[in-house]
Parts: sequence; C-alpha cells; structure tokens
Amino acid sequence: MMALLFIVMVSAYAAGAFGALLIGRGAAGRGAAAIGAAVGSGAALALGCTAVASGQTLALTTTRILPTAGCMVRLDGLGAFFLIIIGLLGLAVASYGFSYSATYEGRYSLRMLGAMLNVALLSLSIQVIADNALTFLIAWEAMSLSAYWMVLTEHDEPDTVRAAVWYIAMTHAGFAALIGMFLLMSGGDPTASFAGMRANAATLSATGRNAIFLLALFGFGTKAGIIPLHVWLPMAHPVAPSHVSALLSGVVIKMGVYGLVRVVLDLLGGGPTWWGGIVLGAGAVSALLGVLYALMEHDLKKLLAYHSVENIGIILIGLGAGMVFQSYGLTTLAALGFIGGLYHTINHAAFKALLFLGAGSVLHATRTRNMEEMGGLIKRMPVTALCFLIGAAAISALPPLNGFASEWIVFQSLLGGYNIPKPEVAVMMPIAVGMLALTSGLAAACFVKAFGVTFLAMPRSHEAENAHEAPFLMRAGMVLLAVACVALGLAPFVVVPALGRIVAELSGMPGIQAQFTLGLSLSSANGFGRMSPMLIGAGVLLLLAFVPLVMLALRVNWKRRTGESWGCGRIGQTPRMEYTATAFAEPLRRVFAELYRPTRELTIDFHPESKYFVQSIEYRSEITPWFEKYVYAPCIWFVRLLAAVMRRMQSGSLPLYLVYVVFALLLLLLSARC
Amino acid sequence: MTGYLLEIGQALLALLLAPGLTGLIRWFKARLQGRRGAPPWQPYRDLRKLFGKEVIVSKNASWLFRFAPYVIFSTTVAVTMLVPMIAAPLPFDAIGDLLAVVYLLLLGTFFLALAGLDPGTAFGGMGASREMTVAAIAEPTIALAIFGLAVGAGSTNLGRIVEQTLAHPGAVINPGHLLGFAALFIVMIAETGRMPVDNPSTHLELTMIHEAMILEYSGRYLALIEWAASLKLLIFFALLSNLFLPWGVATTLSPGALGVALIALTAKLAALAITVAVLETRIAKLRLFRVPELLGVSFVLALLSVTSSFLLK
Repeated sequence: MMALLFIVMVSAYAAGAFGALLIGRGAAGRGAAAIGAAVGSGAALALGCTAVASGQTLALTTTRILPTAGCMVRLDGLGAFFLIIIGLLGLAVASYGFSYSATYEGRYSLRMLGAMLNVALLSLSIQVIADNALTFLIAWEAMSLSAYWMVLTEHDEPDTVRAAVWYIAMTHAGFAALIGMFLLMSGGDPTASFAGMRANAATLSATGRNAIFLLALFGFGTKAGIIPLHVWLPMAHPVAPSHVSALLSGVVIKMGVYGLVRVVLDLLGGGPTWWGGIVLGAGAVSALLGVLYALMEHDLKKLLAYHSVENIGIILIGLGAGMVFQSYGLTTLAALGFIGGLYHTINHAAFKALLFLGAGSVLHATRTRNMEEMGGLIKRMPVTALCFLIGAAAISALPPLNGFASEWIVFQSLLGGYNIPKPEVAVMMPIAVGMLALTSGLAAACFVKAFGVTFLAMPRSHEAENAHEAPFLMRAGMVLLAVACVALGLAPFVVVPALGRIVAELSGMPGIQAQFTLGLSLSSANGFGRMSPMLIGAGVLLLLAFVPLVMLALRVNWKRRTGESWGCGRIGQTPRMEYTATAFAEPLRRVFAELYRPTRELTIDFHPESKYFVQSIEYRSEITPWFEKYVYAPCIWFVRLLAAVMRRMQSGSLPLYLVYVVFALLLLLLSARC
Repeated sequence: MTGYLLEIGQALLALLLAPGLTGLIRWFKARLQGRRGAPPWQPYRDLRKLFGKEVIVSKNASWLFRFAPYVIFSTTVAVTMLVPMIAAPLPFDAIGDLLAVVYLLLLGTFFLALAGLDPGTAFGGMGASREMTVAAIAEPTIALAIFGLAVGAGSTNLGRIVEQTLAHPGAVINPGHLLGFAALFIVMIAETGRMPVDNPSTHLELTMIHEAMILEYSGRYLALIEWAASLKLLIFFALLSNLFLPWGVATTLSPGALGVALIALTAKLAALAITVAVLETRIAKLRLFRVPELLGVSFVLALLSVTSSFLLK
C-alpha cells in the first residue's frame, strides 16, 4: 500500500512536470501542472498520514527503480510528518496556482513555472525520505534550483533578478557547508547510509562533532532564514508568484528545520548544552528581529516574508530549548520542546501559506503589493478577507487557532527551565520567555495593521475600489488551509501524541512516552500546565451565540441605522483621512528607534504669501538595514576583490587553458593515489 | 456538579459586580478631588440607557465592526470563568491556564483594534495603533510574571497557584512574589487603560487610547464594550488579589467558606479600587512615548522576580 502510494506520488509529479513542459501555455498546460501536483500531493499526504498513523516505515532500494545507483530512501516518522506538510500545502498550491497563473498567460513562461512546481514538490518529497547523503544532496539541489527558477518567473523586473541572485548565492554557500558536513560525518563516502552515520556518530571526536554541528547550522540556517542568514528571504519570497511564495515560505524554508532535526537530533543524537544555547539564542533573535522588521513593511508580501523569519525563530526556540534540556538529561522537557517546535512547523506552514495565498488574491485583484493603496477589500472580497483573518489570528497565536496551541507548548517547555541545575543556564529561559512573549504581542500588532489597512475602512485607490473576489479554485486553496488552521488548533490531542511518537524515534531520545495528553485537555509534563483549545473554542462560540439570545430575551433595542463616520464636524470623509500603515506602526518605530535608526526627510512647500498655507508635504523615512550594510556589504566587497585577482587567470588563450587542464589532471591523479 | 454551577455563578457575579467597580473608582476619585461625583451605581444606569438606544453604524464599516463587540464581550466572559474569584480549584481549571487567559484577552484586544480601524476615521486608527503598541510591550511582563508564579507554585493553572500559595503562606513575603505583584500591577494599569497610561475619562485626541477606538460605537454595541472593559478591570483586580494574596478564597464548597470568600473578594476589590482611585488623583498622565519606559520598569521587576524565585528554588 505504502509502496504503491510512493509510486503514484513520484509518477504524478513527474507526469505533471513533463505535461507542463510538453503542452506549455493555455488552460491545458496549467491543468497538466496542477493535476500532476494535486495528485502527487494527495498521494504524499496519504503516504505521510499512513506512515504516522501506523508507525510503519518504508524502505526502498531505488537501484532497482532508477538507473542512478547509490540512491536510498527510507520513510520514517519524522520524514512522514514533513511529507504531510508537503502534501497539504501542495494540494492548496496546485489548486490555487491553476487560476493564479492564468494572469501570466502570454507574458511569462508557464511551461517552466508549471514544470518547476512539480519538480520542486518531487524533490521536497524525496528529500524528507532520503536515507543517504547522496540522495539528500541531489534532492536539496534540485529543490533549490527549481525554487530559483520559480522565483525568476517575472524575469523582466529588476527586483526579481536581484532577489534571485541573492537567493542563489546564499543557497549555494549553504549547500557547500552541507556537502562538507556530510563528508565529515560519513568519513568521505557520499553513499554511506544514514544508519551508518548514526552508528558512526558516537565514535567522532568532539571537535569533529562541533564542526558538523556548526556546518549544519550554517547550511540549514541559510535555507531556513535564521538571522543573520535571512537577507535573501524577504527579497525572494515576495517577488515570486504568490502560490510559489506560499510554497517557499510554507515548505521550502522548513527543509532547514527538517535538516537540522535530522542531522543534529537524529544522526548526531544531540550534543552539549552550548549547541542548544546557540539554537535557542538564534531562534529568539530571529523571532524578535523578524517581527520588528515586519512591522516596518507596507509591502504586504514582504511583511509576510519577514514573519517567516519570525516563525522560524519560534520553531528554533522550541528545538533549542529541547536541546538544552536534553543535554541535562531532562528528557521529558526536551521532548516537550521538540514537540512544540515541530508542531509550530506544521502550523506555520498552514497559516503562512494561507496568508500568502490571501495576499496573492489581493495582488490579483488590485495589482499592487503596497498596503497603502488598499482598503475596504472585506466588502469586495469576503471569502479572501475571512480566510486572511483566520490566518492573521492564527499567526498572532490567538486561541483557539493553531498558532496558540504550539506557542503554548513552547512556553510550557521554557517554563520548565527552573529544573536546569546551573542558574547561569537556567536564566536563559525567562529571557527567552520574555522575547517570545514580546514577539507574539508585536505579531498581533503587525497583523492588526496588515488586516486592518488592507481589508477594512475605505478603499485607498481606484484599483482597490474595483477589486473582485478571487476565482473558485483560488478560494478553494485558501479555504482548505483555513480549515487546516482551525483543525490543527482544535485537535492538539491528535497531533501531540503523534509528534511524541516521532520524537521518541529520534536517536538520543530513548524511552519517552507521549505523556502530554489527557483526553480533550492538553497537559504538559507532570501536569505543569493544562489547557484545552477545543473547550476554549467551544466556550467562546457558545457565549457568542448565547449573548445575543439573552439580549433578545431582555428586549434590548435592536434597531440599527447607517450613517456617516463622526469627524469632529467636518463635511465628508475621504480615504486620505484614514490612518495609514506607516502611521499605524509609527509608535513602535519610535519605541524601537535604537534598532531602526530611522532616517527622516520632511519637505514642506509653503504658499509664497504666507507660511500658514501648506501647498504640499513630502515625507520619506527609511530604516537602517543593519545586516545588509554591516555584514553583507563587506562580504560582497571581499568577493569582488577576490574575483578581480582571479580574473588574471582568465587570459583567453587556448594553450594556457590546456596547461591548466594538464595540471588539474596531474593533481587529481596524485590525490587519488594517496 | 456543584463545581460547574459555582463556576457559572462566579461569572455571573463578576458580570454583576463589574460596572459597580468602575463606578466605585469614579465616585471615590470625585470625592478625592473635592467633587460630589455620580453615585457608584451610575454605570448600571448608563448600561441600561445604552441597551435601550438604537445603534448608528458608519457606512464605511463592515460586518467585522458589528461582530467585534460580541467577540470582545464573549472572550472577557470566558476569561471570567477561568479566573478563581471565590473558590479554587474549580473544574474549568483544566480548560485554560494563565497563558490561555492572557491570549484570550489579547483576542478581544485584537478585534477591538480591528473595529477601531474599520470606520476609516483617523481617531479609530490612532487608538488601534496605540492600543496594540501598549498591549505588545506589556506582553513580556505578563509572561514573566506568569513564569514567576508558575515556578513558585509548580503550575500555570490558576486554581493550582491559589491552592499552593494558600498551602505555603510564607511564600507570600518572598521577594519574587512581591516583585511579581509590582510588575503585574503596572501591567494591569496599562492593560485596563487607567492613569497614567490612558485616561478613561477624557476625549482629548492627543491622549486617548481606548476611547479613541470605540468612538464610533453606540447603543447596545457600546454597552457591550463598556461592560467588557469594566469586566476586564475586575478580572485584573481578581488576578492581582487572588494570585498574590489568596486569603479568603474557598477551597471547600461549604456555604460558610463561600460566604467568607464572597466577603473577602468584595473587600479586596474595593481596596484595589480605592488604591487605583488614589493613584489616579495623585499622578499625572504620562506622555504616550514615556509609557514604554514605565512598562520597561515593570519588565525588569518581573525579570528580577523570576530570577529570585530561581535562586530561592
């Protein structure tokens, strides 16, 4: 059964890719890509669910299927969990993408977009079930390149090209680190299986293990977008087609999390306390800075991209706390941290993809990503608005939605910090709690801004005024994810035990039972905290129904009249009087001025007769991009310098190149002998 | 069964007491300022009047504007059911802990801020922006105060915290506990929109936060929001008094204990109301951009509270 699903998955993705390549443009081409992606994702979802539910593993010797010898795949609990994420998002993205990419018809290459979508999904699915370094690396590179191609869809925009160059450069720096890491771990043999590495890990020297950890953190961190390796993410995700943005933010960056869990927790089996400390610190910094930068954005998709940095941070806080606890032998608390991190991974995938699809619908309807030109869309796009509202509440960790459930678990794991025997380590936990709480508060503020300015009040532009609701298939994709957000939030008593089993499978986590559930109530280790999102949700819903009934029974005045907004006596209201996104974020910009270091330019043109009559005001404000300016600019300068030196080798003369070839050959032969 | 009935009774009691609490603060403040002031039961009359009036909704507003008052009221009532008022621990204790309480209140604030933006006036947006700023900056203090309490009591569930503090009365005078109280007191002032963070009795555009957001509301919607706001004040008072000074809270469900608990609760609420009234007459309102400094102080207090409870653990 599982083997069959696997074959269906691979062949559907492959067929979708070839179909899109062959047919190309038109509804048929888009349909081929969408059907291939949808069938493949459905199979991936089914495969993942079967594996998680039954606890079975699936191992295939692919030498019999593929001509490439040396590829190995094995589906275990962790891989199956990520396969569920890929399948769920793949389904929504395939349905949404069919309608969304119709706007590209005749302008950009649908052939490549459709094919690369299927290739990306295929390589993602292979990657989470890869069982040796070679398979993993091939799938990793295929994923990176197909993502690059999709980002480049709108290739005639200068922003897109710039973002794609940043992305490909960063991802390859990470890829080099990953190759080094796998070679260190397997002793130089790229086809060594993960099982062999697991056995080998204990015999490695401490320095070797530390080097592997740091390489893994760098390599997977560039993909996940951990600060300061995040700079490419807010550039590349917004410029991609929106359904691709959803896939990139929802799934592709999660491969960094997957890789980190697989290598550090599974293959290496955990490490010393400072590993966990670094991951926790990087997570807390990414979470806080991610949301602070998001607040200053008024490009809707860029804002969402910065929130991806924030949420990767929250995931890493959970994983890092787990690693710290694990190093002290506090396995129950460690499991709680890992469960929180992984739970937030699937939750973030669901609500972030939902939000990107919502932003895509808005972009589709108004042709702008600038929030200052939107407004009033809730009346023109009711379904999109409701879906976006659900996503916004979920990402702000509001109960009873899914973001709350996973952040609650992460909080509970951090609260266990007082069990750590060393006070200097234990004190990290309350600081992380404070940063996480500030992050979630700021996220709520940011999404009040994002939803309020985009969907509420009066339309701020002609385009927003004439906006239209998204077509059926786009709405279907959003509704699917909105339902997933609600379901994942209400049913932690299904998700958490399953994650408990997955975490227990990791090596270095022996003998942990999933002891975190008690019926409908979610209970953390030793009953430290208990909470039931489903009953909270039911209670609030009951009250929502009950309050109007009581009011009816008490004969409250039920009349309603529509009138103008009150405006201190002025006549008429225009959209220019509304609060803007920039104004909304202004108090926080002032509070965190030390970080933003905003530069301000204010030009006021007065009437020549009197300075009491203002003709025009121009206000421009920018925040200092710390990382681009102080981390990356020197790097780029150094690379340029190196390139200038290296250019001397390129003389253009054929004999010289032949000499190079001979020397390279000799060097290779010599190195092969010893 | 008695437990569930008591839980609902507790919530109804809170609903009944809440407007009176706001009225008491106003009346006492007026007396301190040498005015006669409206009687403490004036808010009940206001609510009755508002429920009898028709509603005027801005033509720019959407369904969210009309839906938000119900969300705000329902979440606040739901929180009331989770907070121990006169008895602990009650059966609903397993449904939500302190974190759930905080995030349920944030859900109400989220909708209130959205409703502020919906009519498209500058006032509403200004209020929403300020409210979310204050709420976000107050969040870390709340989380750390929870942390401090939870470490002391070995649980984040409110009933358990009350029970543990009652069982170990000596814990009340340890520095972690006192610092935590101070931190949460400052947060209470910020979250419920009292002086010096927000002035509940002003309609001056430069200073208002909460009032700016609800400027467009009228009739039954305004009644629900006003009622929820005073309920929120009562919830914070109850949290402050019962988590840090739990004496009087009934641990058995005997009528005698419940009677004592009821008297104790009323006395504690009145004492806090008078404290707030005195503070509001003595302190001038802070400039908006000085509020983060105040909240920064509360954050440091909370961090000290947690650290000291770590060291004393």
